[in-house]
Amino acid sequence: MRAMVYRGPYKIRVEEKDIPAIEHPNDAIIRVTLAAICGSDLHLYHGLMPDTRIGHTFGHEFIGVVHEVGSSVQNLKVGDRVMVPFNIYCGSCWFCARGLYSNCHNVNANATAVGGIYGYSHTTGGYDGGQAEYVRVPFADVGPAKIPDWMSDEDAVLLTDATSTGYFGAQLGDISEGDTVVVFGAGPVGLVAAQSSWLMGAGRVIVVDHLDYRLEKARDFAHAETLNFAEYQDIVVELKKQTDYLGADVVIECVGAEADGNLLQHVAGAKLKMQGGSPVALNWAIDGARKGGTISVMGAYGPIPNAVKFGDALNKGLTLRMNQAPVKRQWPRLFEHIRNGYLKPSEMVTHRFPLEEIPEAYHVFSNKLDGCIKPLIVPSAA
Amino acid sequence: MTENDIPTAYVRDKRTVRETNEQLRARIPGWGADLDPADRPSHPKLRYAPETTGAHWEFPERQPGSEGRERSIEHAFVTPVFGTAQPLTGASGAIRRLAYERFSEGRLAHWMLLVVGDRVDAWGSHLRSFATLRPDVPATGMRAEFTHGGLSSRRGRVDARHHVLDPVVVGGPWVLAAGVAVVGARRLARAVRR
Repeated sequence: MRAMVYRGPYKIRVEEKDIPAIEHPNDAIIRVTLAAICGSDLHLYHGLMPDTRIGHTFGHEFIGVVHEVGSSVQNLKVGDRVMVPFNIYCGSCWFCARGLYSNCHNVNANATAVGGIYGYSHTTGGYDGGQAEYVRVPFADVGPAKIPDWMSDEDAVLLTDATSTGYFGAQLGDISEGDTVVVFGAGPVGLVAAQSSWLMGAGRVIVVDHLDYRLEKARDFAHAETLNFAEYQDIVVELKKQTDYLGADVVIECVGAEADGNLLQHVAGAKLKMQGGSPVALNWAIDGARKGGTISVMGAYGPIPNAVKFGDALNKGLTLRMNQAPVKRQWPRLFEHIRNGYLKPSEMVTHRFPLEEIPEAYHVFSNKLDGCIKPLIVPSAA
Repeated sequence: MTENDIPTAYVRDKRTVRETNEQLRARIPGWGADLDPADRPSHPKLRYAPETTGAHWEFPERQPGSEGRERSIEHAFVTPVFGTAQPLTGASGAIRRLAYERFSEGRLAHWMLLVVGDRVDAWGSHLRSFATLRPDVPATGMRAEFTHGGLSSRRGRVDARHHVLDPVVVGGPWVLAAGVAVVGARRLARAVRR
């Protein structure tokens, strides 16, 4: 089969690989029909995630058709059209039994701090991902779901991470009616977090980024006010002015390890890898929230320590909430919201690349060229 | 500043007027659909419902082949299901194995050794690729600079400041390695001539 393969930081290519095999009775092999590149894939691509091995296939956002099932699989059959959450999870450990699907203890031998994720280094379990023609899906009775007939492929693939994560991020903000919500980052997760904040009763939603084309999308897609931080000497002061010097009731951080806005932090964190990423947005979130407010962190960071302003978080009495999204827990409600037209994930898709052109896709997405917000990958066998 | 102009943060009650719920409902599709915090999908954070996950086992059957596989020493054993992509091999494999066997996830040494393993893995692969018909290059996908508006897309952007660093960060080690190789080759040639 053809598969995207990591060759080192800033280097990927498409290679021939063996079609994955059933390795456990509850495995399924999925023929991928559509995949996406996630912003967090860029952390791998830039060499920020420890134990990213040469030859690894990335991709944790994908949908497909069941190609083969293991002997104990009961809920899927060959030919089913399925969507697969980015979380790999067993459904039966202490954490899964309590709904923490992203924190499963039975799928990642390499780390206890993070669960299993497709195509996201050996730190998250060492599973090849879905930017390929076929992918191994463990616990096929637990993770994947059949795609409803009425749902488009684009909506389905965006539900496997970006949409579910954005919606989950708004939930972790514990938004109350009338709250002022600030969202850092106008990528797909931030756009959904902003729109979801309205669903939860926000009175005002402000999206902060530096890319005008993404801020325009935040106004159209998420009906949000926008601030381009590059236009202000100090975005934190502007946020205070905008909120009558209170600060935001809720801040949702949807940027993560490669944040811009401070050249020194960006270069030290994202380029030279001297910390687990650039914590600029996280520190702005701490500064921009009101005292007693809540910060929801959806941006992804590496396991190496970051220079985060915890003293200010303490002194302001902030509540910090975060996790990888337990995707499938969000799906029933998100299916309703998509059906009702409250969320339209497919409107975030800007580019489609054939798998053979995935090096260009990564370069475009990484450098935010050509108005790119969400690139999809179409395998040749799809 | 008159007393009426004093911002909300310095007084008891909010002084700014926000849009009414009716105005928001008219403007935002679905406004308030998830207004009740207790009726949101991830509430409460811990919700004991093992019967809803699809698992039909108390503990999963163990995947064969766990012998000798690396694991975090914070785990009691190799998990019943695990990834088998890119098993440990060579010098990078030895470094990574040391990281896993010696240090817990709580130790910086664990992660720094894994980072070193990554770089050894990458440079070993680059060297091996030079003996093939498909040698590695410093960065891939560069064609998109010409097909997807590399220059026009960056015009006026604040991140353009560090984009100029990318060629140094990405290409620098390659230039350095090439320089070392050239100097080494010259010295070797000189030694052979003597």
